[in-house]
Amino acid sequence: MLWVLVLATIVGCYLLKLAGYLVPARVMDHPRIRHVVELLPVALLAALVVVEAIANGRHIELDGPRLAGFAVGAVAVWRRAPFLVVVVVAAATAALLRQV
Amino acid sequence: MTRRTVIRDSLGVGIAVGAYGFAFGAASVSAGLSVVQTCLLSLFTFTGGTQFAVVGVIAGGGTVAAALASGLLLGSRNTLYAMRLAPLLRVRGVRRLVAALGTIDESTAMAVAQPEPELSRVAFWWTFAGVFTFWNLTTLLGALVGSVVDPPAIGLDAVVPAAFLALLAPRLRSGALEKRIALAGALIAAALIPVTPPGVPVLAACAALLLATDLRRSG
Repeated sequence: MLWVLVLATIVGCYLLKLAGYLVPARVMDHPRIRHVVELLPVALLAALVVVEAIANGRHIELDGPRLAGFAVGAVAVWRRAPFLVVVVVAAATAALLRQV
Repeated sequence: MTRRTVIRDSLGVGIAVGAYGFAFGAASVSAGLSVVQTCLLSLFTFTGGTQFAVVGVIAGGGTVAAALASGLLLGSRNTLYAMRLAPLLRVRGVRRLVAALGTIDESTAMAVAQPEPELSRVAFWWTFAGVFTFWNLTTLLGALVGSVVDPPAIGLDAVVPAAFLALLAPRLRSGALEKRIALAGALIAAALIPVTPPGVPVLAACAALLLATDLRRSG
């Protein structure tokens, strides 16, 4: 089943990209379509932040090191740190807290 | 802005996102995907948010359908990017097929930021090349390391939500409507975690668009 997922993701995402070069520009001139496509990632990304931070399957799991690492990463994002810094400080915080 | 500074900035973006590639590679193998499957996703899906979403749903025990739906919904923004890039790049034939693969957040942002179409094309292709190279190299590295190291031991479980937040942040800064939608999406997801199968909280968060905006008015 994972192969089905991998191949469907690859084909689907590529076609979504290619479609933008093929469809006439006036389709996106429709304000409602443009609005939905622009705002959809905001809702999805916010949900993914929450799920990745506090969920473990169907359970809410408040794991100290994970939350601390995320919080430090969030401060780095807020301070407009480069991607590399966000990743390193989040990982280092969680990893170090698990050592103690 | 000269051609040289555009190329330098474009490659800089590529190196920066390489760090996410490592996190993706490790997260993907720990979700149960093989190293080959992980690398294929990075090579040919080549859109980080979608890739993290897909393996995140699988890692949480969600169904293939839920994982695919989250990934494709998140990938739909690339269609919008492609429409914005089409008149700038003016690609045809094989070049258009290749340009489609490279149509992502970073290459679009770099291309539309340029003052003239010639520099937009330089920025698009060099950002694509830089991100593609580093994203795929670091995916492989992350997948290999993730195969032998427990990802939480090196803190990667904290990296994933922070990575999504970094993707979300520029959108939050663009307006109050975006903040309301993000808050609504986050609350919907949090409320549904204990009561729905994994993957559903993320999909259901799309309803935030209905709660937080009056789309009828804007149409």
